[in-house]
Amino acid sequence: MNLVRLIRCVLAVCALAVGLPAAALTPEQIDKLAAPGSDARAEALNSIAAAGDESAIPFLSALAEGNVQTSVSLKKVLIVIDGKGIDAVTGKPVAKLPEDLDEVVANNVFRRELAAAIATLRLTSGDRAVRLAAAKTLQDETESDRLPLVERAIAKETDADIKALLERVRANLQLNSKDKTIRLAAITSLGSSVNPGTKTILLEMLAKKGGEFVEPDADIRFAAQKSLTEVEGRLTKGERIGQVFSGVSLGSILLLAALGLAITYGLMGVINMAHGELIMIGAYTTHVVQNLVRANAPDLFNWYLLAAVPASFMVAAAVGMALERGVIRFLYGRPLETLLATWGISLILIQAVRTIFGAQNVQVENPVWMSGGVELLSNVVLPWSRIVIIGFSAAVLLLVWLALTRTRLGLFVRGVTQNRAMASCMGVHTGRIDTWCFGLGSGIAGLAGCALSQIGNVGPDLGQSYIVDSFMVVVLGGVGQLAGTVYAAMGLGIVNKFLEGISGAVVAKIAVLVFIIIFIQKRPQGMFALKGRFADA
Amino acid sequence: MQRRGFLKQLAVGAAVAAAFSYGPYAQAADTIKVGILHSLSGTMAISETVLKDVALMAIEEINAKGGVMGKKLEPVVVDPASNWPLFAEKAKQLIGQDKVSVVFGCWTSVSRKSVLPVFKELNGLLFYPVQYEGEELEKNVFYTGAAPNQQAIPATEYLMSKEGGGAKRFVLLGTDYVYPRTTNKILRSFLKSKGIADKDIDEKYTPFGHSDYQTIVADIKKFSAGGKTAVISTINGDSNVPFYKELGNQGLKATDVPVVAFSVGEEELRGVDTKPLVGHLAAWNYFMSLKNPANDEFKKKWAAYAKAKKLPGADKPLTNDPMEATYIGIYMWKQAVEKAKSTDVNKVIPAVAGQTFKAPSGFTIKMDENNHHLHRAVFIGEVQADGQFKVVWKTPGPVKAAPWSPFIAGNDKKKGEPE
Amino acid sequence: MHRSGPGALFGPRGWGAVIAALILICAVAPLLNLVVPKGSLFHLSDFSVSLIGKIMCYAIVALAMDLIWGYTGILSLGHGLFFALGGYAFGMYLMRSIGLDGVYKSPLPDFMVFLDWKAYPWYWSFTEHFLYACLLVVLVPGVLAFVFGYFAFRSRIKGVYFSIITQAMTFAFMLLFFRNDTGFGGNNGFTDFKRILDYPIFTPQMRMVLFVLSGLALVGTLLLARWIVSSKLGRVLTAIRDAESRVMFSGYDPLWYKLFIWTLSAVLCGIAGALYVPQVGIINPGEMSPANSIEIAIWVAVGGRGTLIGPIVGAFLVNGARSWFTVAFPEYWLFFLGAIFIAVTLFLPNGVVGLVAQLRAKRREKKLSAKPA
Repeated sequence: MNLVRLIRCVLAVCALAVGLPAAALTPEQIDKLAAPGSDARAEALNSIAAAGDESAIPFLSALAEGNVQTSVSLKKVLIVIDGKGIDAVTGKPVAKLPEDLDEVVANNVFRRELAAAIATLRLTSGDRAVRLAAAKTLQDETESDRLPLVERAIAKETDADIKALLERVRANLQLNSKDKTIRLAAITSLGSSVNPGTKTILLEMLAKKGGEFVEPDADIRFAAQKSLTEVEGRLTKGERIGQVFSGVSLGSILLLAALGLAITYGLMGVINMAHGELIMIGAYTTHVVQNLVRANAPDLFNWYLLAAVPASFMVAAAVGMALERGVIRFLYGRPLETLLATWGISLILIQAVRTIFGAQNVQVENPVWMSGGVELLSNVVLPWSRIVIIGFSAAVLLLVWLALTRTRLGLFVRGVTQNRAMASCMGVHTGRIDTWCFGLGSGIAGLAGCALSQIGNVGPDLGQSYIVDSFMVVVLGGVGQLAGTVYAAMGLGIVNKFLEGISGAVVAKIAVLVFIIIFIQKRPQGMFALKGRFADA
Repeated sequence: MQRRGFLKQLAVGAAVAAAFSYGPYAQAADTIKVGILHSLSGTMAISETVLKDVALMAIEEINAKGGVMGKKLEPVVVDPASNWPLFAEKAKQLIGQDKVSVVFGCWTSVSRKSVLPVFKELNGLLFYPVQYEGEELEKNVFYTGAAPNQQAIPATEYLMSKEGGGAKRFVLLGTDYVYPRTTNKILRSFLKSKGIADKDIDEKYTPFGHSDYQTIVADIKKFSAGGKTAVISTINGDSNVPFYKELGNQGLKATDVPVVAFSVGEEELRGVDTKPLVGHLAAWNYFMSLKNPANDEFKKKWAAYAKAKKLPGADKPLTNDPMEATYIGIYMWKQAVEKAKSTDVNKVIPAVAGQTFKAPSGFTIKMDENNHHLHRAVFIGEVQADGQFKVVWKTPGPVKAAPWSPFIAGNDKKKGEPE
Repeated sequence: MHRSGPGALFGPRGWGAVIAALILICAVAPLLNLVVPKGSLFHLSDFSVSLIGKIMCYAIVALAMDLIWGYTGILSLGHGLFFALGGYAFGMYLMRSIGLDGVYKSPLPDFMVFLDWKAYPWYWSFTEHFLYACLLVVLVPGVLAFVFGYFAFRSRIKGVYFSIITQAMTFAFMLLFFRNDTGFGGNNGFTDFKRILDYPIFTPQMRMVLFVLSGLALVGTLLLARWIVSSKLGRVLTAIRDAESRVMFSGYDPLWYKLFIWTLSAVLCGIAGALYVPQVGIINPGEMSPANSIEIAIWVAVGGRGTLIGPIVGAFLVNGARSWFTVAFPEYWLFFLGAIFIAVTLFLPNGVVGLVAQLRAKRREKKLSAKPA
């Protein structure tokens, strides 16, 4: 008990030292905040939030971030950030951190409460962005003690958006008011919400317990039901948008993975089973570039992808060209044997990566600008990483299209695809075209790896999970036609996501495969077949 | 030509067949052979490779201290390549050909099920180091990982407690195989006993290697609008990364919908940017972040070993629960052999019962006298930004394993020991 | 140099070899394993018996693959599916014969008890009868192959397209069988078998019986394949491989020829799967993974396609190498295996058997040139 008392005193002084007027946090409050056991803590926090003194914020933030530590040997409370301790009493740095630092543990529940308390205190901040964020954080708050503060904030608020948000917060807080008219008004105003949390609150009002409604008043139930229907309608719309988006996103990933294959397969008829491993090489290159940037230019870390994109293209292209020169070119005209040889190559590449980088996955961190998402509606967040990937695959597609239709190499490639012998007769060096083209296809696989590293695992088996899908896309789309690949990828992505919503991931995938099998029966050459006059094509 | 060719070819075939009939295996008398049966290639290599390494470390350590009964241990490492029939074949080879005294190995339930008949027939001894679904008790196996009541049930209780957020609705999300299925079956029955209605439990399964969690996360979001929700994830190791990334991206925070995972440890988080995951939970019997002398020593030894052997990832040596379980298993076996003064399986099995070991988790762990499982303490940790876990709750002491979960009908008649 | 007509399958030396193989399988191996005491140099260990038994099943699959790929020119990347289906069909019988000895002492298999199923689903009916299960082993892969093949060949799907849709098929089935709700034990598949026809399964004698059966099946498959390829049917098949349109223009309908050999090949795989499952003690959807089916093609390529002995040699070489490598070089064996595949396709287009034939031809040439005319 003695110790706690001591810590409490220290905390109080510390509050002074880091610029908190002692008046903001009374010794009793601090006592409770530092003690584990959530009830007392929560009460203390509520009273702090209700008091509305902004000067309590720094200490609360330090608590939320896990930076508050106590030391028994020093009998002190420290705020420790990056290995440097600030003595909370004096506000001066501590020369040497004691061994027995013990963190004041803030678990999920407490952190959530802290966030709400801090947000309440920030409602009257001078910065619009801070106020907006605070108002958003409070959307699910139901602690009615906060009402006066929220009322005060609404009165002071000049920004219409924030004001609307705050009014909804007020409605939440008024739901349990004793005045029926206030309650009804609050419930009705909740109908305009786009927040999934609102649905939770309304559902609770309509819940039954032991056959009896929790809410005895039928008028209130009626109003709640009406608001609920409105909210649900809005949420459903959001979910639809989310579904389409995830379909497009999956499609863009399939497109990236299959595009390179479409080129190598379309041109040379080479079934490259190591295509997945070229994707993996792209992802590992991204990992290596990321580490290099982090080690050499940490300031530029957020832009490492700018270096990783060309690097993964180059590395995968180089590996691909080496494969073509070393193995594949000896097997032209024997597509099924290429399949076996490239399968062997893929085994070797997987094991090589496993030997070099280890069997475990490696870390690829998203740059800050790719984390998080755009909040379209409050229940639909479109992640930046996926938006970027959709854009990226569109860009890659455009570049490939330009390369194939607007360059000399592209002209040759198309020529060789359509009629190899004739192209050769016209003086096209088909062997060299093959190498370059294979390099291009492999490079695109590398780009796909770079993109995939942003949303999934980077491990030796990365490529294996995409190889079957890529083949399906290429075959479905038809060989030698970019448009076919695009339609096939997008179609498969959207259909897959749509079915997944109905029947679960496994059945969706099976259905898609069955669909492909049946489709091929109808159009054995895929959606877009090259027209030709070969009897034995 | 065709005819003669055929004859000779057949002879070649026969010769090849004969070449396999006896291998170059001879047993040296002055060593004790120890089999290590972990996948070093294929899908499970990601998790199992490090168990092979930690086993080799423990063996090296025991040998440096003079071995077992004056004999050095000789590890026999094989690669069953994440291929289940190959697991059985390799087990046969280890016990039948190499005559190993004990095998440390397996990770997935199916690999364990695949080798079980072999161990029973040839009377081998297996130490299985991974948390699993229970519903099994074999004389030839010692289970050093957690049974459901040593991991899943305490974690769920925590989520329902006020401290853990007082969850009222649960999403039981898993990869579609036996461990998640069983665990969820047990949990569903447990939750019902706590008064949670069926409509508040959403059970979902994804295929192996599933990497697109957009729909699932959107569904969780939708479900969580119906009341305070927690997710209990039994997603298989590798699929967790895309799942967590999606959670972070769609803005589902641990403070709103906490996810507690049973297959996510320090190793699994190695490849993840953990910042968006902070606050999500895992339940284990060991965390690397535990502070006690035994763990400090274990971590130090592992770091030194990884560095000396130039293991991949040695720049950031990590320890996790199955590694600790492997380590405990090897030492318990060593102590049992010394107690039995023999490596004979029939003598070692009774000697393992009741062994104790001062484990890195900070407790003196005991092998139960009857049920072949360890008594283990349960920790619940929250993910930190550095990929480590901060313990937010723990049991006061070791918990006895209940391999036959009382929440599954008919198990009350089961005996708590191998039949 | 092909002889035609079933009467002249092999010459005297060929028959001699077949008989030698039969003696080796039916008499020598059981003798060495069961009679010769352990520790003797000539003792054939239990491990070797089950390993060779397993590889003989693979060899049957390889032969079946060779019929469709080597002789007819259709590369299937879905043969693992037929193998696994045969295994599952027989596995159903094995599961039912566990009886009340499962973990839950229930007449249902453990995994069904587990999913709270109260009765067997309809597709499990009658599987407790051995003969019906044997029928299923043949029928399930056969019917599936027939239906699939009919539509695929009728639409004239060829070459890589055919390969890819067979891959899609096996992949779809793998996902289906991975689902626990499908009723085949999900990822764990079937395991923990106890007995066949009331005889316990894990005894040296039963192992030997299965070994001999696999050996007989292999020899039988070889004879059947030999008969087919040396008959008129075999010639048409080879013609289809080399120039399908010309076959068509000559008045043959390739559909039925292809369909026949395709279905037969699937049935053979099913039989191999049924023999394989009791020997390894487990069948699970992993057998249906596309990688496994690709491997089957690799055995054939390594041994030499378009010959009958080639696939057998290939199956033994690749699987034997894998078995040895995974113990000798657990961390590097994939390098070896991968290198073998590349080397074989690059340097031995006709496989190991082709190499042997080539070397012999060279030697004969030398002899001929050495002798002055």
